[in-house]
Amino acid sequence: MGLTKSSVGRGALDDGICLSPCDPEDRVIALAGNPNVGKSTVFNALTGMHQHTGNWPGKTVAGAQGRCVHRGQGYTLVDIPGTYSLMANSAEEEIARNFICFGEPDVTVVVCDATCLERNLNLVLQTMEISPRTVVCVNLLDEAKRKHISVDLAALARLLGVRVVGCTARKKKSLIPLLDAVAEVCDAPPADNAPPVTYPAEIEAAIDRVVPVLQAQLGDKLNARWLALKLLEGECCLHADVSGYLGCDPLCDKALCEALTEAKQLLTAAGLSSENYRDAVVGTVMARAEEIAGGCVRYETAQAHLRDRRIDRILTGRVTAYPVMLLLLAFIFWLTIVGANYPSALLSKGLFALQDQLTLLFIRIGAPDFLRGLLVDGMYRVLAWVVSVMLPPMAIFFPLFTLLEDAGYLPRIAYNLDRPFQCCHACGKQALTMCMGFGCNAAGVVGCRIIDSPRERLLAILTNSFVPCNGRFPTMLTILSVFFVGAVTGLAASVWSALLLTLVIVLGVALTFLSTRLLSATLLRGVPSSFTLELPPYRRPQIGQVLLRSVLDRTLFVLGRAAAVAAPAGLFIWLMANITVAGGTLLSHCASLLDPVGRAMGLDGVILIAFILSLPANEITLPIALMAYLAQGTLIDIESTAEMREVLIANGWTPVTAVCMLLFTLLHWPCSTTLLTIKKEAGGWRWALLALALPTLFGVLLCLAVNGVWHLFR
Amino acid sequence: MSEQTSLLALSPGMRCRVTALTMEGSMRRRLLDIGLTPGTEVQCLGRSPAGDPAAYLIRGAVIAIRARDSRSIIIQKL
Repeated sequence: MGLTKSSVGRGALDDGICLSPCDPEDRVIALAGNPNVGKSTVFNALTGMHQHTGNWPGKTVAGAQGRCVHRGQGYTLVDIPGTYSLMANSAEEEIARNFICFGEPDVTVVVCDATCLERNLNLVLQTMEISPRTVVCVNLLDEAKRKHISVDLAALARLLGVRVVGCTARKKKSLIPLLDAVAEVCDAPPADNAPPVTYPAEIEAAIDRVVPVLQAQLGDKLNARWLALKLLEGECCLHADVSGYLGCDPLCDKALCEALTEAKQLLTAAGLSSENYRDAVVGTVMARAEEIAGGCVRYETAQAHLRDRRIDRILTGRVTAYPVMLLLLAFIFWLTIVGANYPSALLSKGLFALQDQLTLLFIRIGAPDFLRGLLVDGMYRVLAWVVSVMLPPMAIFFPLFTLLEDAGYLPRIAYNLDRPFQCCHACGKQALTMCMGFGCNAAGVVGCRIIDSPRERLLAILTNSFVPCNGRFPTMLTILSVFFVGAVTGLAASVWSALLLTLVIVLGVALTFLSTRLLSATLLRGVPSSFTLELPPYRRPQIGQVLLRSVLDRTLFVLGRAAAVAAPAGLFIWLMANITVAGGTLLSHCASLLDPVGRAMGLDGVILIAFILSLPANEITLPIALMAYLAQGTLIDIESTAEMREVLIANGWTPVTAVCMLLFTLLHWPCSTTLLTIKKEAGGWRWALLALALPTLFGVLLCLAVNGVWHLFR
Repeated sequence: MSEQTSLLALSPGMRCRVTALTMEGSMRRRLLDIGLTPGTEVQCLGRSPAGDPAAYLIRGAVIAIRARDSRSIIIQKL
């Protein structure tokens, strides 16, 4: 059971890019390019938008749109997923090809990596075959210069026969010539360019047989030569797309069918079966790319990539790779913990002082006690907690993580971890989506689109929440610092918590492997599919950009979402804690109902209800639990770990409770946003339910085991 | 002229020329798309810490390929 086309087929991806120009007068520019050539950087620099960039292939999973104005003319830019070719071998390639082909962009800009021009030219030539209105943007010229690679742009333009512009997308000014070139191509009358690639004589003969018939049928709508090339290949999905675009099936035309049959006979006579034909086409394009690159790229040293190889030797070396990975992880946690301590304390002091002021204000204006409790003790307190506990670690963790991403380390993690994933019959790219899960599980699930095989994509989606997202880090950190670090102080304390946290994460990663293996042995059986992974050059991260982007885009977004959930949750919890029915509050009734289950797991009813109520956002588990505890006792401000420890211990917490809480924070249901995303990406509620059940099962079992063992030996 | 072997047999640091791809389907197309057409020069840069996959320099880009795939890439050592 399980794998059906409807649940995991191409439908699981967005059907394509829906263009919505901001202004009908706007020109539409499609931004194409190989993965990881800085396309998103060009897009951001031109539009002033903050499409997330990262130094790894496959990051842009959906087409983003933005707008820019240049010399009075508006342009709508569409960021197409990065692809190596337009042969439509994967869902992204199909989206990219369909947009260039049927999206009717005024100009297609192909962004190229100057350090790897030859491979990039393959896509340029294929794009030019579809549309002569192509502008080539050779990006990363600064990097090429550092590596002593020189690109003769004038020669490239001459050899290709289209406009070529060089740029360094990180420097916005260098993009002005690109826009000038785009404007020029837009204004130029349609020209009859020579075909960019000339195929072997027998293929050309077959094309010549089909083109005149097609031309009559298509008019200006599509490039007849290109379509003939594709029809001869017999590509079925393109056929459907073309029919949809034209509003009629071109193959219904009798003359065309006859021409195609004849042309195919010509090919067969020349010994070109359909597979051979395809190879010949791809090979010819590649050979042309090689020829052009040979005419305009000069390597001034034999070892242009020496520095990258040296770094690789450490980061992916047999002995050093795994220790370096763990140390880096621990180091990031340590920086986060150390850096977050002080601002966290400051924020909570400020915010809780404000709470006192608010209380006074409410008393002065004579507001009813009920209202004050609801708004100040309920809503405000939870909100203040979320902000003061979450903001500082997030504001530190996100930028650090983005720096690694920008530098190009993430694909190396995938490279290092591919073997274990292969043993689990999964794809090494799952390591990338796992890393994205550290930021946000919902983002990680969306990121799974980079995995081509539907089975392996599902594995990655279902196991994504085994790594804790940013909403769960603060809870873990708080518990660690309250219960396990207390005795140690100073530097040792922070190092100790970082190591403990790393240990928890390693457990999460280990369980990711275990559950992936389990799934691939049961529900999602299959052998690992083929995979290629590009290891991009290391790049110096754009520190200013990283800070701005990760604070603005990620931190504030995640915080906003958490706060939006926390405020109503605070209200709701306060009500539950203050509405009394039959001698107890609603919350205490619920908690005592769940208490036996909680106790068996080494937790208690309050913690379980807190986990359930924090389904919308994992960040608020601990505040809910504290509110529940505090609503029954006296109200004190939680400013220091010592006070929190007192509250928790007064409510029956032991070190075992803390361990089980840690485990259950790592392993329970994903938040509602993630579940919705899983439903959308995997194509059905049953997958979302499975993604909910899987970690929960692990969590419950582990907690039961830990608690059981503890009681056995006590 | 040296003997034909598979890409898997290429040790780190060595270079070769691709003579044929013997696999079918999507992987064949993917490899062709990244520029691994017959005649292409390839250099093995190293293996991942667990031994598989290995990294190859193909047309200026570094690509990791798993052993089960590189077995079907026929090469001639240079």
